[in-house]
Amino acid sequence: MADAHSIPDEAETRARWGAFQWNDDSRAKRDAILGRYPKGREQSASIPLLDLAQRQVGAETQTQGWLPVPVIEFVAREIGVPYMRVYEVATFYTMFNLAPVGRFHVQVCGTTPCMLRGSDDVLAACKNKGLIKGKTTPDGLFTLTEVECMGNCASAPMVQINDDNFEDLDYDRTVAIIEALANGQTPKPGTQEPGRHTVEPKGGPTSLTAMVTENHDYRGEWA
Amino acid sequence: MPKVKVDGVEIEVPQGATVLQACELAGKEIPRFCYHERLSIAGNCRMCLVEVKPGPPKPQASCALPAAENQEIFTTTPMVKHAREGIMEFLLINHPLDCPICDQGGECDLQDQSVAYGRGHSRYAENKRAVTEKYMGPIVKTIMTRCIQCTRCVRFAEEVAGVEEIGAIYRGENMQITSYLEEAVSSELSGNVVDLCPVGALTSKPYAFEARPWELRKTLTIDVMDAVGTNIRLDSRGRQVLRCVPRVNDEVNEEWATDKTRHAVDGLVRKRLDRPYVRRDGKLHPVTWDEAFAAIAAVDHGGSVAAVAGDLVDCETMFAAKALLKELGSSLLEGRQTGMDYDASSLAAVNFNTTIAGTEEADAILLVGTNLRWEAPLVNTRIRKAIKKGAKVFAIGPETELTYKVEWLGADLAVLGSLPERVTEAFGKAAKPMVIVGGAALKGAHGAALALVETLGLVKDGWNGFNVVHMAASRMGGLMLGYAQKAGISALYDAKLSFFLGADECDHARFTGFKVYVGHHGDRGAHHADVILPAASYAEKSGTYVNLEGRVQRGERAVFPPGDAREDWTIFRALSEKLGCTLAFDTIDELRAAMALDCPELATLGLKTFAWNPPALGGTAEGVLDGYPIKDFYLTNAICRASPTMQRCSAELVHGESFAEAAE
Repeated sequence: MADAHSIPDEAETRARWGAFQWNDDSRAKRDAILGRYPKGREQSASIPLLDLAQRQVGAETQTQGWLPVPVIEFVAREIGVPYMRVYEVATFYTMFNLAPVGRFHVQVCGTTPCMLRGSDDVLAACKNKGLIKGKTTPDGLFTLTEVECMGNCASAPMVQINDDNFEDLDYDRTVAIIEALANGQTPKPGTQEPGRHTVEPKGGPTSLTAMVTENHDYRGEWA
Repeated sequence: MPKVKVDGVEIEVPQGATVLQACELAGKEIPRFCYHERLSIAGNCRMCLVEVKPGPPKPQASCALPAAENQEIFTTTPMVKHAREGIMEFLLINHPLDCPICDQGGECDLQDQSVAYGRGHSRYAENKRAVTEKYMGPIVKTIMTRCIQCTRCVRFAEEVAGVEEIGAIYRGENMQITSYLEEAVSSELSGNVVDLCPVGALTSKPYAFEARPWELRKTLTIDVMDAVGTNIRLDSRGRQVLRCVPRVNDEVNEEWATDKTRHAVDGLVRKRLDRPYVRRDGKLHPVTWDEAFAAIAAVDHGGSVAAVAGDLVDCETMFAAKALLKELGSSLLEGRQTGMDYDASSLAAVNFNTTIAGTEEADAILLVGTNLRWEAPLVNTRIRKAIKKGAKVFAIGPETELTYKVEWLGADLAVLGSLPERVTEAFGKAAKPMVIVGGAALKGAHGAALALVETLGLVKDGWNGFNVVHMAASRMGGLMLGYAQKAGISALYDAKLSFFLGADECDHARFTGFKVYVGHHGDRGAHHADVILPAASYAEKSGTYVNLEGRVQRGERAVFPPGDAREDWTIFRALSEKLGCTLAFDTIDELRAAMALDCPELATLGLKTFAWNPPALGGTAEGVLDGYPIKDFYLTNAICRASPTMQRCSAELVHGESFAEAAE
């Protein structure tokens, strides 16, 4: 299906977001972002400014934020490039939401490593908690999306919720996280495996063991 | 100058040439979709793969690879053949097999190249993806499922048209080409994306399902919609011109044409004058040619005869009228219908001396009272090219969107006498400075603009930077043939007998005498006429036209005029007999010979340069410009006013009416 979701550009969207302006917090960040790029290269700031705008929209709507067309146009005016060029960027990256999402944007990785490690269970957990792919729950809390690889294959399966990753999931852990979020708690991000800190191998290193305590030159051992 | 070997043949290629260009120089055909000579290199279709040594042992995209010294290029090896077959198979994965109902059929790059380089059958059994149609305006019809994402249209809109409203949204398999929010593309050059599209994704909306290319008779001629003299090809079937496409002429239009040039042709079959009329008791009655001529012969003019040349007429028509007037003892000729009376004693002072192609080399440009985007869109694209090379552009006049960055100096013409320092500084540093004077400024500031030649140093050895932009195809030819009175058109108002050669833009009510309209459309001129003589439009006669830079070009006849209408010069020849002063030419060749004697520049085709001897005019300019002469780009002459496509363009793109389409 080549037609992704249609982009809201109705009168209501224009009326609600047509007067979008940076708030004080964002304005300071905007200045810092634009300061990173030389004069005449403001177009480079497209992605960070879109992200900033999405976050501000999120803050204003108590959600994870999205990019209404007037806001995209606002960002384009900020950096002085045609609307189309910024619009292309906003539609290209899946991290930019072109339709409203809930407070928690649950992005479940369904790519091969996660699938082999049980992402189907994660999706089943989401489904049983009332989350439907591509939709927001009626209470406005959760939006579920299945995404491609997020680069956490060593601790698969994983989901990204807003800016945090939750790794080493199974059915129960996923349910626990969703319930915690629904109750207003902040579950611990990162791996959910007890005793694991990051993505270190279970039960100690299995390769490059000589490197654990000191630097070791393996080159002589290469056959 | 690197030397490369293409399939074993050693050739020398220009510095900076790509491998693809090297292959072309060696006479090898390289299939391509995304590569286009006049656009930037994208390298995303991969169809131009060749094998290159030295280099990685894999096929290389030749369009984006620079040709290097001692390179060996192979275009016929099994690797290349295999690569092309593979790419073609990929391109066809999602391309629908709807050639029988596709307007591109017969002139489709994908069709041709899949026959030439494809596998001949498909191994793909899965579903194809489909893409919804996009709205791109009244000119471009889209069937986006056919799109192969070459991005030629995106690059054209950005680089040539300067209207960045087409883009590629989404990613991967979902990537789609669309206009911004599916609004109409607001470029007067949008029709060119139809020619650029290598497949049938973007086709011509007015021409949809009209004809197949092999049914059409192709006639090479010259466009008359503006003074650029776009080289065009009229495709006709039977008695009707079905479409107009540009020809390649690097000196004039490169390979572009405006939407007006392309799509005004449907006005050629509407509101036509196909029989003579005579006004009796205030109403026009159809009559025979003899009766019409008799009505004219009955006028007691006493030598007070005038001729007003319309914007679309060819030199032959103007010369025939001039010859008739000479026989009748008059030389009241004028073509500047809107009342302009600038000094035309020196053609160089009213010519686009830099030439259209030369504009690209300018490094400082001052626009004086000209909205080039509407007055000469294909000169405007040249200025965009000059800017890309670093030119600075200043403009005097009401601010308008010209598709590039302009430093506006206000609308007051008085600024010509005291240009700001930044302008004089930029011109002082410029090696090839250029001033372009438009119709809005010619009236009050011709002299002041000519004075800039001295102060800004516009005329140098091998460079003439003084330019005037005309908007009528007949203007330069008319000025060469003497269609200019010192007082302008007001000198003609009291003539007892006036001929209007397709002249629709003048104030006909001011003419007090007997009015004869010789033209092809029932437009303003015909409404005021006492006698209407039906004539031929530019598609129906062979004519000589001089474009704004003084280039003499000749077009051929594509179809015959409708009904009783005749070619203009034959009308004057026949009328002269009735008036008892038979003109001395019986064929168009005889007429052209006589015209060459009268105006030697018209004897041969090609660019004419006029000696630089500007008249001494007053050097001050006053007055604030409140607008530009063209109020509506799409409705500037009788043919476009009769064209439904142009009316739709005008309503939608100029007046902002919405034509939201129901889903098809």
